[in-house]
Amino acid sequence: MEFIKLCISIVKKNYLSILLGIRTTLVLSILGTLFGFVIGLFVGGIRAIKLDFNEPLYKKRLKRLIDYIGKLYIDIFRGTPMMIQALFFYYSLRSLFNWTPLVAALTVLSVNTGAYMSEIIRSGINSIDKGQIEAARSCGLSNIQTMFNIVFPQAVLNAFPSIGNELIVNIKDSSVLMVLSITELMFETKSIAGSNYRLVETYFITALIYLFLTGVASYVLNIIEKRMTHSKTSLPQSATNFENLVLAKGGSDE
Amino acid sequence: MNKVIEFKNVYKSFGSLKVLQGVDFEINKGEIVCLLGSSGCGKSTSLRMINLLEQKDSGDIIVEGKSVDEIKDINQYRAKVAMVFQQFNLFKNLDVLSNCTIALRKALKINKKEAEEIAINNLKKVGMENFIHAKSDTLSGGQKQRVAIARMLSLNPDILLFDEPTSALDPEMVNEVLNVIKSLTHENRTMVIVTHEMNFAKEVANRIIFMDQGKVIENCSPEEFFTNPKTERAKAFLANSNIH
Repeated sequence: MEFIKLCISIVKKNYLSILLGIRTTLVLSILGTLFGFVIGLFVGGIRAIKLDFNEPLYKKRLKRLIDYIGKLYIDIFRGTPMMIQALFFYYSLRSLFNWTPLVAALTVLSVNTGAYMSEIIRSGINSIDKGQIEAARSCGLSNIQTMFNIVFPQAVLNAFPSIGNELIVNIKDSSVLMVLSITELMFETKSIAGSNYRLVETYFITALIYLFLTGVASYVLNIIEKRMTHSKTSLPQSATNFENLVLAKGGSDE
Repeated sequence: MNKVIEFKNVYKSFGSLKVLQGVDFEINKGEIVCLLGSSGCGKSTSLRMINLLEQKDSGDIIVEGKSVDEIKDINQYRAKVAMVFQQFNLFKNLDVLSNCTIALRKALKINKKEAEEIAINNLKKVGMENFIHAKSDTLSGGQKQRVAIARMLSLNPDILLFDEPTSALDPEMVNEVLNVIKSLTHENRTMVIVTHEMNFAKEVANRIIFMDQGKVIENCSPEEFFTNPKTERAKAFLANSNIH
C-alpha cells in the first residue's frame, strides 16, 4: 500500500516532466521507425534487385559495389550498441552539421532502424513467389516498376509483423538515447529519481508507462494488420460497392 | 512466309544439367505451334528464352529479324512477346482489372481510361468481365488463367507464348481455358504453346515441334506427327498419351 501511495505522489509531483518524456519518446520512436522503414525499403529494395543480363558491365559493377556498401552498413549498425552510435555520431559530426542532440538522436535511431528494416524488407521480398516478378517482367515492367507496383506492396504486407515489431523495440530502445541528454522518458525518470531518491518507485512507474505505450502500439499494429490481410483475402467484405459484390458472387464459372 | 522466331543451334545448361543441346527451329508469322515432349526435354526453357526470362549460353535466337542479343529496350520487347504461365502468376496485390492494366500503363504508357477500356475488352473475350474488381486469390484456377490470358492480350503482343497453361488446373477447368485459347487461334496471331494436352495440340496446331533431351527431333504438321511419327521416341511418347 505504502508503495502504491508513494508511486502516486511521485506521479502527481512530476506528471509534467513525465508527459514531456512520453511525448519525446513517442516522437522519436514513431518518426525513427518511419524513416527507418523508408531507408529499409530503399536499401533492402536495391539489394534485392537482380539486374538484367543485358545491362552494361559498369552497371553490374556499380550494383555490386552498392550491395557491398549496403551489407557493410547493415553489419555496422546492427553489430554495435546504439548508445555508442549516438555518442559517436553526435560528437564527431557536431562541428559539421551543427545539429541539436534531438536531431542527432532521431538520425541515429532512423539509421539504426533502417539497418534492421533493410533485412526485414529483403526477407519480405525473398518470400514473394518468383512467378510474381517473372510475370511482371514478362509483360514489360522494368525492374524498378516491378519493385514499386508488385514487389513492395506484397513484401510489406508479408513483413508487416516484423516491421511493427521494430516500432515496439524502438519505443523501449530509444531510452538509450538519453546519453545525448534528450528529455525522453528515460532521461526524465533518471532526473526525477535523482531528486527524490526513490529509485524503485520511480523506475517502476516508468516501466508501467513503457508497458502501456508498447501495449497500445501492438494493439494498433494488430488492427492495421488485420485490415490489410482482411482486404487482401476476403472478396465479399472488401468489395467496395454492392454492385461488385453481386457481380462477383453471381458470375458463374461457365 | 516470313519467319518471326528462329532458333539457331541454341545451347543452355543450368549448372551441370544440360537443358538445350543445339535447338533449331523456325516459326512463321501467324503460325500456331505446339511444343511437345516429356518433362525436362527443354520445351519450357525454349519458350522462356523467347521472352528472355532465360538466357541462352550459345547459338542465336532471332525474333522478327533481330537477334535477341541486339535488343536495346528489353521491356518494350517483352511486351510484344507476352506470356502465360503454368502457375497463372496473377499479381496478388492487384484486382483483376489492374492486373490487366498495369503493364499497359507503366510499360506502354497508355493513360488509365484507355488502358481500362482495352483491358475490359479483353476480359470480355475470356468471359471475366464480371470480375473486374475481384482480387486474384478469390478466383478459381481456371478463372485466374483466363485473367492471365486477358492480361497478355491487353498488351496486344505480336507473339503469344503459353507455358503449360492448363497443367496446374483441376481437370474440369482445363477445357474452359483451352476453349479460350482456341478462340484466339482465329485472330491470326503467332502462338507458341507448350502443352501436355495432346488432343488440344492436334486440334489447334499448324505445326508440332517435338523435343527430346534438349533437341528438336520432329518438326512437322500435326497430321503427320500424330499419325505417322518418324522417330522411335515420338512413337513411344504418343503411345503413352491419351489421344483420340
